[in-house]
Amino acid sequence: MQQIVNFLIRHKTFITFFVLFCFSLFLVIQSHSYHNTKFVNSANWVSGGIYNTSNNIGDYLYLKQYNQQLIQENSYLRKLLLNSGIPIKDSLKDSDSLDRKFKVRPASIIKNSYNKLNNYLLVDKGSSDSIAQDMGVITSKGIVGIIENTSSGYANIQSVLNTYSEINAAIKNTNNFGSLKWNGDDFNVVQLVDVLRSAPIKKGDTIITGGMSSIFPKGILIGTIKDFSLDVSENYYLIDVDLFNDMTTLDQVYILENLNRKEILELENSLDE
Amino acid sequence: MNKTVFINTVNFLVLVLFQVVLFNHINFLGYINPYIYILFIVFFPYNKDNRIFFILCCFILGFCIDIFSDSGGVHAAACLVIGYLRPMMMRFVFGLSYDYYNIKIEKTHFGQRINFLLILILTHHLILFSLEIFSFAHIVLILKKTVFSAIFTLLLCLIFISLFSRRSS
Repeated sequence: MQQIVNFLIRHKTFITFFVLFCFSLFLVIQSHSYHNTKFVNSANWVSGGIYNTSNNIGDYLYLKQYNQQLIQENSYLRKLLLNSGIPIKDSLKDSDSLDRKFKVRPASIIKNSYNKLNNYLLVDKGSSDSIAQDMGVITSKGIVGIIENTSSGYANIQSVLNTYSEINAAIKNTNNFGSLKWNGDDFNVVQLVDVLRSAPIKKGDTIITGGMSSIFPKGILIGTIKDFSLDVSENYYLIDVDLFNDMTTLDQVYILENLNRKEILELENSLDE
Repeated sequence: MNKTVFINTVNFLVLVLFQVVLFNHINFLGYINPYIYILFIVFFPYNKDNRIFFILCCFILGFCIDIFSDSGGVHAAACLVIGYLRPMMMRFVFGLSYDYYNIKIEKTHFGQRINFLLILILTHHLILFSLEIFSFAHIVLILKKTVFSAIFTLLLCLIFISLFSRRSS
């Protein structure tokens, strides 16, 4: 007993180091295996507040760019409004479905990240603004990601630039779909996998969300086909997709809430049982 | 004594704030960021009886950065390791007969300073990026990030140290 106590006292530095190191390793492994950072995340009032302040200052530098973006979007919406008598193929259907099934809430990105393998963004809206896990996040140009954690005032988004991200996507005007992933190489290019070989694709085709999940409606823009090849099994395509969104300069985003999501999940669960 | 505590507390807060607000968002060439917060570990006074406290400080420093950058515990782990290994690195670089209690990084020889910083930074970055990426398949990416970020961090650390020492002398 005496010897054990002596041993502990003699190596107290190493033991402290070892315990803390194991704890941080636990946090690392936890963050890698559960696809999210449950304990340690920036959606708390200290870090959220600091990011909010610094973002308030930084926003002034980009006012011109944001105005440009808003003008573009306004002109697009005005065009839709003026032409609303004429049937517009995809966009009308989308905006229609957005009205009935989806609630749209604006939010502003206060922390952006794109240089890691698993990127998480932070927005200035949280559970007190009715933001909850698994809501989709888009901009006027295309998709951004999915809400992961929320605190009362802030929320974390799992970006599409995250190796754990998996989003249902389809090739526009065909019914071929696959899942959208990221291999961590280039922050402008994501990968679409599991598209059947029979799909008629060519470079430059548009990729949209598939609507097979309850998170995004069908038809949200993602990007264009940059390059494609067959995968190892030679049955599926491996497609490189150039994102429409510039993930490095995100600011104003829209958070989509599917009003029927609860119902869909309940139905799916009852089928599982 | 109180002055040392005060200076180190200010050091801690300022470095964390600068790291998370400014230096985490530089993204030079898309992925190169300097991690200058480890200057806290460089500047922390050496005290043989106080190593546990120092290691705890290192852990809290890394943990703060982790909270801000949503990275699990990678910064905490990397900081812990260099905090624990710092006396060994000092012995290796400055020699056995050095008076560690009065060591001041800004008063050391330039070559020794670079050696010390380089060992510290490379160890830190290697652990940081290995844990962050966490896959052997990306070993080239880990090494690439380590080397380029280390160069950036080293340059900024040297600039900060010379700025800091000029003011105090």
